[in-house]
Order: sequence, then C-alpha cells, then structure tokens
Amino acid sequence: MKPPPFEYFAPTTLDEALDYMADYGDEAKPLAGGQSLIPTMNFRLAQPEVLVDLNGLAELAYIRPAAGGVSIGAMTRQRSVERSPLVAEQTPLIHETMPYIAHPQIRNRGTFGGNLAHTDPASELPAVATALNARFRAQSRSGQRWLTADEFFVDLFTTALEPEELLVEIVIPPLPARTGYAFHEISRRHGDYALVGVAATVTLDDSGLCEAARLVYFSVGDKPVEAVQATAALAGQKLSAAAIDAAAEIAATQDIDPPGDIHASVAYRRHLAKVLARQVLAAATARAKQD
Amino acid sequence: MNTLHTITVTINGQAYEREVEPRLLLSDFIRHEIGLTGTHVGCEHGVCGACTILFDGEPVRSCIMFAVQANGHEIMTIEGLTPDASEENLHPLQASFREAHGLQCGFCTGGFLMTLLPFLKENPDPSEQDIREAISGNICRCTGYQHIVDAVKIAAAKMEGQ
Amino acid sequence: MSTRYFGQRIKRNEDVRMLTGQALHVDDVNFADMLHVAFYRSRDAHGYIKEIDVSAAQEREGVVAVYTAEDLGDYWQPGPLLVPPPPTIKGLIFNQRTQVPLAKDKVRYVGEPIVMVVAESRYIAEDAAGDIWVEIEPLPAVIDIEQALSEDAPPIHDDLDSNLAAHVIQRKGDYETAVQQADLVIKRKLKYDRGTAAAMENRGIVAQWDAKSHKLTVWDTTQAPIVIRNGLAAMLGLSEHQVRVIAPFIGGGFGPKIMMFYPEEVLLPWASMKLNRPIKWIEDRQENFFATTQERGQVHEAELALTRDGRVLGLKHNFIHDGGAYIPYGLTVPLNSQANALGPYATPNYYSEFKVAFTNKPIVTPYRGAGRQHGVFVIERMLDIAAKELDLSPIEIRRRNFIQPEAFPYNHEIIFQDFAPLVFDSGNYEPALDMAVEMIGYEQFIKEEQPRLQAEGKKVGIGVAAYVEGTGIGPYEGARITVEASGKVSVASGIGTQGQGHFTSFAQIVADQLGVDVRNVYLVTGDTDQFHWGAGTFASRGAVVAGNAIHSAAVEVRKKILKLASEKLEAAEEDLELADGQVRVKGVPETAINLGSLAVMANPLRGAVRPGTEPGLEATSYFGPESGTTASGVHALIVEVDPETMLVEVKKYVVVHDCGKVINPLILDGQIHGGVAQGLGNAFYEQLHFDENGQLLNASFMDYLLPTALDVPRMEIGHFETLSPLNPLGIKGAGEAGAIPAAPAFVQAVENALGEAGPEILEIPLSPNRLFELVLGVGLTQKTR
Repeated sequence: MKPPPFEYFAPTTLDEALDYMADYGDEAKPLAGGQSLIPTMNFRLAQPEVLVDLNGLAELAYIRPAAGGVSIGAMTRQRSVERSPLVAEQTPLIHETMPYIAHPQIRNRGTFGGNLAHTDPASELPAVATALNARFRAQSRSGQRWLTADEFFVDLFTTALEPEELLVEIVIPPLPARTGYAFHEISRRHGDYALVGVAATVTLDDSGLCEAARLVYFSVGDKPVEAVQATAALAGQKLSAAAIDAAAEIAATQDIDPPGDIHASVAYRRHLAKVLARQVLAAATARAKQD
Repeated sequence: MNTLHTITVTINGQAYEREVEPRLLLSDFIRHEIGLTGTHVGCEHGVCGACTILFDGEPVRSCIMFAVQANGHEIMTIEGLTPDASEENLHPLQASFREAHGLQCGFCTGGFLMTLLPFLKENPDPSEQDIREAISGNICRCTGYQHIVDAVKIAAAKMEGQ
Repeated sequence: MSTRYFGQRIKRNEDVRMLTGQALHVDDVNFADMLHVAFYRSRDAHGYIKEIDVSAAQEREGVVAVYTAEDLGDYWQPGPLLVPPPPTIKGLIFNQRTQVPLAKDKVRYVGEPIVMVVAESRYIAEDAAGDIWVEIEPLPAVIDIEQALSEDAPPIHDDLDSNLAAHVIQRKGDYETAVQQADLVIKRKLKYDRGTAAAMENRGIVAQWDAKSHKLTVWDTTQAPIVIRNGLAAMLGLSEHQVRVIAPFIGGGFGPKIMMFYPEEVLLPWASMKLNRPIKWIEDRQENFFATTQERGQVHEAELALTRDGRVLGLKHNFIHDGGAYIPYGLTVPLNSQANALGPYATPNYYSEFKVAFTNKPIVTPYRGAGRQHGVFVIERMLDIAAKELDLSPIEIRRRNFIQPEAFPYNHEIIFQDFAPLVFDSGNYEPALDMAVEMIGYEQFIKEEQPRLQAEGKKVGIGVAAYVEGTGIGPYEGARITVEASGKVSVASGIGTQGQGHFTSFAQIVADQLGVDVRNVYLVTGDTDQFHWGAGTFASRGAVVAGNAIHSAAVEVRKKILKLASEKLEAAEEDLELADGQVRVKGVPETAINLGSLAVMANPLRGAVRPGTEPGLEATSYFGPESGTTASGVHALIVEVDPETMLVEVKKYVVVHDCGKVINPLILDGQIHGGVAQGLGNAFYEQLHFDENGQLLNASFMDYLLPTALDVPRMEIGHFETLSPLNPLGIKGAGEAGAIPAAPAFVQAVENALGEAGPEILEIPLSPNRLFELVLGVGLTQKTR
C-alpha cells in the first residue's frame, strides 16, 4: 500500500498554486489535508501525475465573520472550525456537525474546503453546506466565480470545479429569524461514515407555522440529496408530530433513492431516513420556536 | 517523477535533513529513513491509529501524509516521551500504561500515547466517556480497551500534580 | 521465600521497552543492501492461468528479480500438512490439499500469490507488480459452503470429484435411543460466518542469507519459530543449526500467525539465498485480508433431545465447515466445534457429523477460539430454545445439565483435536454460574428492571452462556534456566510471544523457585538459536505447557543451588532457604551466599568438574501433557437494542472464569478483556462479505469494522480456581476463553431484548442491518409503531 509516484509542488501563495493548476490542468490534483486522497493513493485507486500541495497557503486558512454569517478559507483545518467560537456562535449547525467527521487525528489535518471539494456522498459537510445555502468561491488564474451548493456538488466525487480551479472560500450565510436547525446521523461506529445522515433547518412564520424547511440527506445518493417533496408538504403547516411523521414518510419513500450495500440495504436506509427525518425535524422545530 | 526534495524535519527536538521522493509516506520516513521504529504502521489508510504522531503538537496519522509535507515542521514520536527509555524516567502516561496493564502486544501503544498526550493536557480530569471518545480513533486488538481507560485515569491523576 | 510472585498482579517486565518504542518488530529490522518484495496476487477466485507476462516488470528500474512458479523449479512444493487428522477416528475421509508458494496452472482464491517481485524498495516493487499481466480463464467461483458440496459445483482441486475436503463422524451412546426416550426434540439450523483476526501488526518476514558464515537468519511474525526453522532447513537443504528463526515482538497473533508455511515464508529465505542479499516482505493491510488465514464459516443442522424437566438426553448435529481453498491445518477447527458443542454438560448420547468443504476463499486456520465458539453457539442456543419450550429459565436448564464436580475426570468418549480422548480433567460449573447470575443481577433484571424498561419502550435483554475450553494441549515445550554470574537468571524457551506477558508470568514462576526479584529473571523466547526445541504459542497453551516446563527447570536449578550451597555453607539442604537473591541458613541470615557467587563457583576456572556433575547452575526441562486441560466459565450481559435503528449497546458485561491456578491476575484480566472485545466484534461488527464471484467487498478497516473503545463495554470479572490435576502448577489455558462465548451470549441477549414478538436468532454475526431484516421478518416493526 505505497502510493504511486508523482511530481510535487508546494506553492506558498495562492497565485503560485493557481499557476500550477493552470499549467498542469487535468494532470494535477490539489492536495489539501490529504485525509481521503492519500489513502486512495495508497490503495492505488488514484494515480495523479502532479500534486499541488496547498498546505503552504496560509492565506486560505481563516475563519471570519461575513455579513452575519461566516466565511471559511478552504484550507482551514476541520479541527479549527470545530473549535472556532465564531462558528459556534454564527453557524452552530456546522459546529455541531464537526465532531461527527472521522476522528480528531483526521480533523487535525483534514481541511474544511478539502472535505467539500472531495464530495464524498457519505460525508457530512456537503449536506450541511447545502442545508445552510453555503456559497463556494472558486478561483483560477483567469478569475473567480461563486457557486451555490446545488451548482457546486455535481456527482459522485465530482464538483463543478474546472481542472485549473481551486475552491478557496466557503461562505455560510446567517440563518433567517425564527429558524431552527438539527443534524443527526446513524453510523456503525463513532467516526465512521454514516449509513444515513441528515441536516435540517426549519423556519417558522409569525404565527408559528412552517414557512420553509430544508432536509438534506447524505449517504443516500451520489451527492447530497434534498428531500424537496417532504419539505414542500410542510410549508404552511403546523409542525405537529403527525405532520412531521408524514413528511418523514415522504422523504424516505419519495425523495430519496438510496443504494444498498454490505452495511445497509435499501429498505434499511429508507427506514433510517425516516427515523432521522422525524428526529431532526422535531429538533429543528423546537429550536425554531426558541429562536 | 522521481525528483528528490530536500527536507528538514525536527523530530523529538532533533533536526534531520534528508532527500526524499515526494511519494515517501511520513510513516516510512520516520521509521526507515530516521530509524525511529516506535511509530508503527497498521493499516496505511488512516483508520487504525497505530502511526499517530504529534505534528506541530497535534496528533495526526503519519501513514496518510507525505514526508515532503513535513518540511520545516516539528514532530514528536513515542521515543520523544522519555529521555532515555529507562524505567525510572518513564513519562507519567507511560508509567500509567504499565501500572494498569494498558498494553499487551504493544503494537498500537505508541499511537495511543501520542493521541492521549495532548488530550490530557486539554482535559486534565476526563470522564470514562471522554476517554473512550478520545481514543475511539485508535484501534487496539488485544486489550478490549478497559485497561487503557484505567491507565488514562491514573495518568490524569498523576499529571494533574505536574 | 521472601516474596511470592505466583498469583500476584505484577507489572510486566516487557512494558518499558514497548512503551518507549524500543521493542523490536520484524519491520524494524533493516539492512543497508536490503531488497523488498511485493506480490502480484490473483484477482480471480477461480480459474486457469493462461499467460503470465512479467517483461515490463523486469525492465522497470530498481527491479532485481521477478519470480513465477516456474522459476522455483523443484523448490516449488505444496506446503506441509501441519496437523494430520486424528488417526484414531474410524472411517474418516481427508483429502489433503495444501497451499503452494506461487500459483501454477490454477488459482483458487482472490489474493493467491502468482508472481513475486523483488526490488530496491517496496514502492518500486509495487510499481512493478502493477506492470504484470496475467490472463486467467475464469471458472465459476465456489463461495457458499452448502453449495460447494452440491454435485454441480465445479471442483476446486481438479483431481477430486467434488469439493469434499473431509468427512468425520463421531458418536457417543446412541442418539436415536435418546430421541425415543425424549419428551421434546428441538431442531434448528444455525449459521456462523467468516471474520478475520486482524492483528494490528500484519505479517512480515526478513530473510538474510550470509554466504560467508553460511547461515540463514529469518525474522518472522510467526507463533511457531522452531517449526519454521526445522521446515526451512529441510526445504533449503540446510542443517537446522544453519538456520536461525527469530520471532521478535509480535503485534498480536490470535492464531493465523501459527499457520505454517505461508507462501511468503517459503519464498523469502529462498530468494535471499539466491540473490545473496537480505530481503524483506511486510504484508500490508489490504494483503492481510487475502493472504492471511481466516476463520468461522460453518452451517449447523442441530437437534437436541430432552426430557420434559429439561435434561438433555442427546445432541445431534451435522455441520459443514468452510475450509477455504486449501486445508493445511487439518481438522483442528471443526474438531473443536465438535467437542465444544458438548459444552459443560453431561450429554449421554451424541452424534456429530461434519464435512469440510473446499471453497474459493482464503485458507481457514484457527483464529482465537478456533471453532469452539461454533460449538458453544449451537448448544447454548439450543438450550435456550428448549428452555422456552419447557417454560424453564435459561439458568435452570443449564444448571440441570452441568457435569457434576464429582464426575471428573469426565470422558466424553470422542476424540479431541489433540488426538486424545475428550476427557475433562476437572471443573466445577455450577458455582461459576451462580456467581455470574449474582454479578449480572439476573433475578432483579428479569423481575424488575426488564419489565419496567420494556414498559417504557426500551428493548433490554439479558444473555447467559456457559462454555468450556480445551486448552494447554501437547506435544510439549521446554526451557533452559541458568543462574548467571551477576545473580540474574536467564530463561530460554522456544515458544514465542505475541503480547501475552510471558516475560512476566514465566519470570514469576522462576522468581518464586529461586528466591530472586522477578525483574532479575530475563526471558528469551522466540529465537531458535537460544532454545532448540518447542512447538509454539497456540491453543491457549503457553502458560500451561511452557509454564510447567519452566517450573520444572526452575525446580531442578533450585536443587543444584541447594546442593552446592549446602557444601559451601556447610549446612544441610533442608536448613537452607532461597530469598533476596541469596541462599542462606534459616534463622542465621548472615550465613549466606548470593546466587551470582554460587554460579561462579559452579563454573570454576580451575579444578575439574567432578564426574557425574555438570558445570553451572543450569537445567533444561520439558513438559508434555498427555491431554489438554479444560478451562470453563460463564459470560452474562445486558444489552439495549434501539428499536428504531437496531443499534445495540452493551450495558453490562460479566465474566466468571476458571482457568485453574492463576499466575498473574492482571495479565489474565487483560486476556479476558481482549477476548471479549474480539467476541463482540465477531457478534456485531466484523464480517467478511464475499460476493458470488469470491471478491471480498470489505477489504479495509473502513469497511471491516473492528470494535473501538466506544463499542466495547466495561467488564467485570470473577475468578474461580479449580486446579488442573494434569500439571504440577494446576493451571489451565486462558488465551482464547474471552472470545469463545461472547458472540453466543450476545445473540441471546439481543433475542431476549426483542422479546416474544421478536425473531429467533440463529446466526452470527449480526449487524443493525441484519437485525432490521430479521425483525421485519416477524413484523416487529409494525407492532412497535
């Protein structure tokens, strides 16, 4: 389990990194925390010709307030996000999610942006970022562009990033007023990829009815899967246990089309999806009432 | 593809300069280039935790980092816990593992110690659940973890006075 | 005697080296001119090798040699049969087919080595393995063990008509008569699937041929260095004294490292001689999932005949055992299953028939428990089911069937894996059950807690399983003990060690006999140049067999010490005592001589050693038990099943264990804890998933789930000591015990938690997914909604 050979560059500025990405294009792969890429290389399932190591880019490691929300540099370590008082304050859903990502040894090295750009369908952050309407800033030598989560996550391990582009920043906008949030996942062991996981937000209107809700699953498809029919059914409703139950049923049976594997059959995944939807919608509703 | 890179890495306080191939895993560098074989390799895909080292003070898996990435950084391994590997000079954490029989084959032990050293600094009085969570990224196949948990409790008590 | 170490919770002698990173493991052995090996392994489970093209690999820079089966010439031979079938079982069929160093003509499992690449680094060797092209004409893979024996299954070994590897029938009394007398006959089919030992250290070999000294040194992660030395010498045409095998510190064994010979063990020494350079192969984790042996696949059809008051009249079971592609380890595992289905119970009539099937999967050899847990699973499940039918408590039905303490030695009248009749030497089972019932709070749980919690919607359950473990089998182990001029004592034994604490427990035995500090007893083990004879560490035998050999040698050295000291101190031997590293006259402590001085006197530089005496304070002894000694115990646990997610939490775990006289309770507790953890892994986390083509779907630690600190509960342990009459120390083995009943007990607790409306669970391992399916099968999900 030794990785194949590659050419290695360790730029110290973003401009330099973008030059390498532009010069090597398809041959190059950016190396962020490497906590998924290097194991994959050790199994020789990935054989990039060139690695552009982004770990020297101090300019991409930051957590800053941004218009009521938070802006996170792509090379910020997951452990820093987990420990950030600003994140805990401004975007507590992310704060609550971080400990579910693998183990501290991985989060010490793994980066926030690397996790998102890897787009593992079983990973927590893409789903959470989707639920929070995160925006992604991609940059290349020729310029930058902003993408929504829907635009950014394209397919299994595939983002909308062009070969010469790097994800440089993620902005998490603030939650609207009267909004609650929740996250939960079922995994075999602590730190494992989830069998099924879900992030939810619920916004109530003045009269306490559901104004809007988001329910975004992971580990049930090729990328984060939003249960749009379930949440549509909740709009304008009183979020009673019965209404939540009904929405959970829709989510599990209509919104998702989960795969079966050795750890969870299709039926079991649907079942868990329903159980989780009930839990997170109820928890998010309770928080929305307090907000 | 085989361009060698010159790197300088400080391990257990000593600076080493070496030429490495970019693909050389940090674990292999520590073990076979530097000869510090107390860091063990159990899975080479970042799950078992045996290869855990301190990288700039934080525990990381050395099997899923490249040696070239350690250029200019500071590493601590199990060998750095004690000046001379004698019984008298064991670090309280090491002594506690011995006291509680927190190791059997000893293969995973270095990774546990490197995980626990910063944990105990941040959590001087951890609960059993805290300890179990802290070591949940390190797999031990011999002990069933109970004596490791006991060892950490003893270590916490010992280290608090320091 | 100043201090008595035997029975004390002594801290381990070996820990300091391990805790400071100074313990030598095979991969720590490095030489400047060392070569490195990687293998091209079969990607197909079954098929004919049509073409092997290694030219690109040979041309790669840094590659030194590339070998296929053809290149081995006459050195290419199937491996030895490690354990032949017991000659005393009549009518036994055994089709010996053992593994080959590199596949020739045919491949029989995914991962079987086909080409060996030798290069200047492991990185380059892996690059070159990727350059190799092998064309395989695929055959249908034989994966399911029941289908393996069907007529239309393609034979894995072409010279056999079928995939039948072995067929064995053993009986005691007459089961059919038992059925006629029975009030109740229970019939069930039970399944047990594969797992892997997953020692944290993978296997590894370093071989160094030194042409000038004409010696081969091999560092090997083996549990049996002496047997490897003998075999290598024979294969390579060398004297045993030219071959030194060192099994240094080993990062966990658990059985698969006793397998001999792995292809790599045959190939590395050969290549080192051929290339005249030191050479290393370290198995990586992915390889470990294919190249290291596995265990546990069995399917049982069981019948239990009982009276209406719950007394077992007879047990019958037919089972198929998954042998994998080759059966180098003979019948050890299924014979253990056969013996352990009898459990600690007096079963007057027994009929047990098994077939071993060849399958296109990695080789099966013992892994901690070695088939015993299958037997325990069968009898414990059957007793529980019978108890339900008869409206008895699970405790009571066990109590009514235990072999009584006065019935020992108890002869089960079948042949055990050590070829000796299965005779339990000693035991006292009921008090252990009582203690476990008390410790787990059985009555209170059943009467108060469970009804209360179930009423709150919590699915809590309790499981209790009793077991015996045949341990400490022969043939023998030996030891040489020497008092050195420093006064320190050295002990050499051939057994090898993988974390069991031998450096300490054996030192305790010696320290007591010779009156020295336990830290002044230095053990060398696992180095064939230090001790020539022995078998290895397996079958929970280290403490029993090597421990007694060491005890015996220590007794001899003590005699020599007393004899010589008697002369020097001019005192009768019976007036002398050994303490604090000295021999002294009782009551006159100033009349003393320290052991070091005595050792020098026993090995003088002038003056002749008298005829009929030997120099030095040294003795070598051997211990070879005629049959194994039977340890026993009871595990009990309480679980909670989340009815929504089917995740299971172990709330409480109790072990009551009887392994005779305990040398070091601290080490024993550790052995039990680790065993239980592996047992629970086996029960709920660990399963090797092969698809119908024989591809392993979870060959990584991402997908093969080892229990973590959050998955293994805190355990409480109670000890009993029923001494073994079969050895002077009265000890029984303990290494595997923790792992044996844990999974069966877990299944019972989960079934109990799911209640009357829940499924009857007849398989191991479980998982949340599998529980969900089982529960759905009986409609529990609807009911709880």
